[in-house]
Amino acid sequence: MLKTMRDYIKSLFLLELFKGMKLTGYYLFTKEFTVQYPEERAPMSPRFRGLHAQRRYENGEERCIACKLCEAVCPAQAITIEAEPREDGSRRTTRYDIDLFKCIFCGYCQESCPVDAIVETRVYEYTRDPSNRVIDKEELLKIGDKYEAQISADIAAQAKHR
Amino acid sequence: METILNFWNWLGENFILAQILIKIMAITLPLMGLVAYFTYAERKIIGHMQVRMGPNRVGFFGYPLWGLGQPIADAVKLMFKEIVIPTGANKFLFLLAPMLTLGPALAAWAVFPFDEGLVLADINAGLLYIIALTSVGVYGVIIAGWASNSKYAFLGAMRSAAQIVSYEIAMGFALVGVLVASGSLNLGDIVMAQQGEGGLFSWFWLPLLPLFVIYFISGVAETNRAPFDVAEGESEIVAGFHVEYSGMAFAVFFLGEYANMILISALTALMFLGGWLSPFPASWVDGVWLLGDGFHWLVLKTLIFGFLYLWFRATFPRYRYDQIMRLGWKVFIPITIVWILVVALMVLGDVLWWA
Repeated sequence: MLKTMRDYIKSLFLLELFKGMKLTGYYLFTKEFTVQYPEERAPMSPRFRGLHAQRRYENGEERCIACKLCEAVCPAQAITIEAEPREDGSRRTTRYDIDLFKCIFCGYCQESCPVDAIVETRVYEYTRDPSNRVIDKEELLKIGDKYEAQISADIAAQAKHR
Repeated sequence: METILNFWNWLGENFILAQILIKIMAITLPLMGLVAYFTYAERKIIGHMQVRMGPNRVGFFGYPLWGLGQPIADAVKLMFKEIVIPTGANKFLFLLAPMLTLGPALAAWAVFPFDEGLVLADINAGLLYIIALTSVGVYGVIIAGWASNSKYAFLGAMRSAAQIVSYEIAMGFALVGVLVASGSLNLGDIVMAQQGEGGLFSWFWLPLLPLFVIYFISGVAETNRAPFDVAEGESEIVAGFHVEYSGMAFAVFFLGEYANMILISALTALMFLGGWLSPFPASWVDGVWLLGDGFHWLVLKTLIFGFLYLWFRATFPRYRYDQIMRLGWKVFIPITIVWILVVALMVLGDVLWWA
């Protein structure tokens, strides 16, 4: 009986509604969380898995030795590798293609690589046309050359956790 | 100044129609601007209440200016979009419906006094005219729902019809309370009846508090705004009565809805918060600039209610349909009837300090 009366008065004087309005009114004056994207960027982890790249040694020799571990581990089967001995007898890839439309950016290729050749960079602002879905060896090496400073810094930062 | 006034009087004597047209323009054009920026205020305020920013990119001359150009960009976009008329729709009624929504929302301003004597048509049945015109607005919604030949639109129209009929009664009764208290149907006289030594305590909101609250809530329901927006109900019936509308036809619905919101806000300010009267007693602020009676008080009060509309929308979830009906018929109507009796007794017993 008493509870019924109390509920009745509560609903008649719209007490719950005023409570709700107080909350939204409070949030009107709090600071927004919005990150204004092109001008501001959210912080990014050194483990970020963006666009792929192939790295070189300091003397300019490409790292990849065509062991095909990445091709084997890739859960989306996005990587295609063909290899044969070069003139100097070293084992190198003749073809290293990643189908970016198949890739799920899991990072297994980077983890499996014994020579840190294939890596995923922090680059995420790119588009690709369906007619241009495969990224080949030259392109991967070019990306690697461009972002080498960032890549090696990220790998060094993560080295003690591996 | 003298010549302008002379010309104005000459216009009134010889070309009364031209003079009235100029007056209509002077009311309608600022109103349309206000509607445009009301949509901007809505997006901005609700955005901030949800800890977002709201539109902040479109500005003028390359400066963002907090997104102030957004309403104009929206209007231009909508003007250049195609008006799709669905197969099987009644073309005439389909195009008539948006006009029927916007028309009454603008026509109601004819009897609206902006300051003492500053009114387009000073008729004695002003309150009746307002009630009549706000009721006509629902025809736009119903006709739109019917003419679209779409299930969603039809459902929305049916919901809106039942809802508006229910809330019109409570709204009418609330206005009867105002009528009893002021003893006049003329909107200017209603405001003048609220003038008194008590300043803001002479206004009708205090003796008519339940009617004041019910009038504004019914007004929210009347304009199909959250939390009474079952006629649109985007999560249930897509967009309700205006699913099939696009381009400028849709924009006219939009204009009508916001013009109605401003109208209800302004009417609430006029009838319960003393319109253009200053909240300070006249003896206190005699001759002090801006603190005396004036148009700016009316604008301020209207903006307060406009803000409440947005605040409600940001806060409350949509009412369930049966609860809307319950609230209208079993809560609002009994309370208003009881309070009309109370007001009548107060007037008879002369216990009112405003009389």
